[in-house]
Amino acid sequence: MAGSRAKDAKKLALILLFTPFALWITLLILLPHVGMMVLSLKEKVAPRVYEYGFDNYINFAQEPIYWNTLLRTGSVSLLVTLLALLIGFPVAYYIAKIAGNRTKGALFLLCLIPLWVSDLIRAFGWILLLRETGVISSALQASGLIDTPIEFLYNDATVIMGLVYTVVLFMIVPLVSTLDGMDNEMIEAGYNLGGNGFTVLRRIIIPYAMPGIVAGCIVVFMLSAGSYLTPILLGGKNSSWFTEQIYDQFISRYNWESGAAFGFVLLVFTSLVVWLGLKLSGQTLSSTVAKS
Amino acid sequence: MSTTNPTHDLACTALSKSFGSVQAVDNVSFDIPPGSFFSILGPSGCGKTTLMRMIAGFENPDHGDIQIKGRSVIRIPPNKRNVKMVFQHLALFPMMNVYDNIAYGLRCVGASRKEIDQKIADVLERVALPDVAKREIHQLSGGQKQRIAIARCMVLNPDVLLLDEPLGALDLKLREAMKIELKLLQHQFNTTFVYITHDQSEALVMSDNVAVMNEGRFEQIGTPQALYHHPASAFVAGFVGDSNRWTGKVIDAGNNNVRLSCDAGFDAQSHTTDTITLSRGDNATVYVRPEHIQVDTQVNADNNNQTDATNALTGHIDSLLFNGANSRVLVRDKAGELIEADVTLTGSSHDPKPGDLVRLSWRSEQALCF
Ligand SMILES: Nc1ncnc2c1ncn2[C@@H]1O[C@H](COP(=O)(O)OP(=O)(O)O)[C@@H](O)[C@H]1O
Ligand SMILES: [Mg+2]
Repeated sequence: MAGSRAKDAKKLALILLFTPFALWITLLILLPHVGMMVLSLKEKVAPRVYEYGFDNYINFAQEPIYWNTLLRTGSVSLLVTLLALLIGFPVAYYIAKIAGNRTKGALFLLCLIPLWVSDLIRAFGWILLLRETGVISSALQASGLIDTPIEFLYNDATVIMGLVYTVVLFMIVPLVSTLDGMDNEMIEAGYNLGGNGFTVLRRIIIPYAMPGIVAGCIVVFMLSAGSYLTPILLGGKNSSWFTEQIYDQFISRYNWESGAAFGFVLLVFTSLVVWLGLKLSGQTLSSTVAKS
Repeated sequence: MSTTNPTHDLACTALSKSFGSVQAVDNVSFDIPPGSFFSILGPSGCGKTTLMRMIAGFENPDHGDIQIKGRSVIRIPPNKRNVKMVFQHLALFPMMNVYDNIAYGLRCVGASRKEIDQKIADVLERVALPDVAKREIHQLSGGQKQRIAIARCMVLNPDVLLLDEPLGALDLKLREAMKIELKLLQHQFNTTFVYITHDQSEALVMSDNVAVMNEGRFEQIGTPQALYHHPASAFVAGFVGDSNRWTGKVIDAGNNNVRLSCDAGFDAQSHTTDTITLSRGDNATVYVRPEHIQVDTQVNADNNNQTDATNALTGHIDSLLFNGANSRVLVRDKAGELIEADVTLTGSSHDPKPGDLVRLSWRSEQALCF
C-alpha cells in the first residue's frame, strides 16, 4: 500500500515537473511552427480564396535579391561567429585557466553585465557613439585629427562589430565551462612531453575545448543570423539582412504566407549550415551542445 | 654553476621554494645514482609535489641548483628538459587514443612515421599491453592507464622519470599489484625513477633509496632498511613503520644510553643515536616497534619473572588483531594506554586471548629515544 502510494506521489511529481516544459514546447514552439508551415504552403488566388502549393517557395527561389540577402546573412554571420571565437577564446581561457579563483567569478560576472541591458538600449548606445554627431566623431574633430564629421554608422563593419558585441558572450560561456573542466595537469603534460606553446594549444587545448567551441559557434551563428535589431539599427535600410525581408513580408506587404515561407527558408538554411559545420569539424550535436 | 658529474642522473643542491609565507621546500639537497629507484616519502602538504614540479621546470626555485646528468637545468624550459613526469591523475589526453597519446611526444621531436610506429609497438610490448594502440583512453582499466602513462614518458627515453603519487587513485588491490609492477618496469627500462608518495609501504617496498620529507625539509635519506632500523630523527621513527611511543623525562643519560621516567608511570631504558644528545631533565620520547616487544602469557600479577629484557610492563589484552602471520595484540597497561605488540598465533589453546594478563618486555637496544 505505502509503496504504491509513494510511487504515485513520484509519478505526480514527475507530471507536475514535466507539464510546464511540455506546455512550453507545444504551445510556444511546436504549434506556432506547424501554423507557420501550413501558412507558408497557402497561396492567395483571390480575396479570401486560398490554394495549397509551393508557390511561396518558388517565388523565393526565382528572386535573386532574396537569395543574395540570405547568402549575405549567412556569410556575415559566419564571419561574426569566427570573430566571436577569436575574441572569446582568449577571454575564456584567461577566465578559466589563468585568473585566480576569486577574480574568476568577478570576471565572469563582468561578462554577464551587458545582458542586464536590453538589446535595444545597447544598440542605441552604439548609435550615440558612432553617428555623425556622435561621441567619437566629435572627439576626433575636437582633437583635430579630422576636419569634417565622419559617419561611422550604416556600414558592414559597424554591423559586424555590433553583432560580435552582442553575441560574444554566448561564445565565452560554453568555452569557460569546458576549459574549466580541463585539468591543468593536461596542459603541463603537454609541455612536459616536449610540446611548445603552439603545439599544446593546437594538439591539446583546442581539441579538448572542441565541444565548447562547437556549441558556442552554433549558438552564436543562430543568434546572429536570426538577429533583427542590431543589423537594422546599425546598418540602416540597406543592411540587407534576411530577417528584414521576413519583417517586410509580414508587416509592410502584409503577405503572411510569403513571410512564413521565408521564415522556413531561414530555418532550413541555418540548420543546413550548422549541419555542415558539424560534419566538417567531425562533431555531433550530442557530443557538443548536449555535453556542455 | 654546471659541473659535470656523470655519476648522478639527478642532483639537487640547496633547493628552496616558498609561496608567500609558506616555505614549501626548504634547503633540500640530494643526488641519485643512475638507474635507481628513489622515493620521496612524506605526509601530505610537506612539499613533495613542489619539489617535483621544480625538477620538471614548472616552478622556479628561489635558491639552489638542479642538475640532470651533470648539467644545470635551471634556465631550461620544461619542454626542453629530458625529465618526464607521470602526473597524479595521469593526465592522459582523453581526446586521443592510446597510439596518439604515446605518439604526441615523438611528434614533438619530429620523429618519422615509421620510427613512431616502431617505437610505440616496442614500448607497448615492454609495458605488456601490445594490443591496445587503437583503444580510446576511457576504454582502459585503471592499471592499464597507469602503464600507458608510463609508456608515454618512457618512449622518449628520459634521463629521469618523475612519478607523483600515481597509485593514489587506484583501489587497494590494484595498488598492491602495481607496486611490484612499477619496480619491475623500473628494472626493465633501467631508468632513474623518482617516486613521490605519502604511503610508507609503497616507498619501502619499491625503493633503492628513500628520502623522508617533513615540512619542506629532508629528514633522512637512506635505504628502506636504514630508515626502518636506524631512523635519524623522531619524525622518521614515527612516520616509517609502526611504533609505540612514550614521552617522559630523562633521569640518566650517557654513552648512547638513556633512562627515561615515562609519563605512563614506568622507567624505560633505551639507546640513542650519536647525533642526539640528551641530558638529565630533558623531555624525550622513546620509540619501540611492535615486533620488538615480547609477549608472555605465563605471568602472575605481583611476580615479574625476570628475563634478560631491561624493560617490562604488565597489562591486559584489550583486543586481538588477527592477520595470519602478522597478528598483533593491543595491550592496555596500568596507565590505560594501548600498546601494540606482534604475536605468533599457533592456533593452540596457549594463544593469548582478550582479557589475559600478559607481560610485555623489550631490550633497551631495541628502543630508540629522541
Ligand atoms: N601554487 C601554490 N601557491 C601557493 N601555495 C602553494 C602552491 N603550491 C603548493 N603550495 C603550498 O606548498 C605546500 C606544499 O605543497 P605540495 O608541494 O603540493 O605538498 P605535497 O605534494 O607534499 O602534498 C602546501 O602548504 C601548499 O599549500
Ligand atoms: Mg602532492
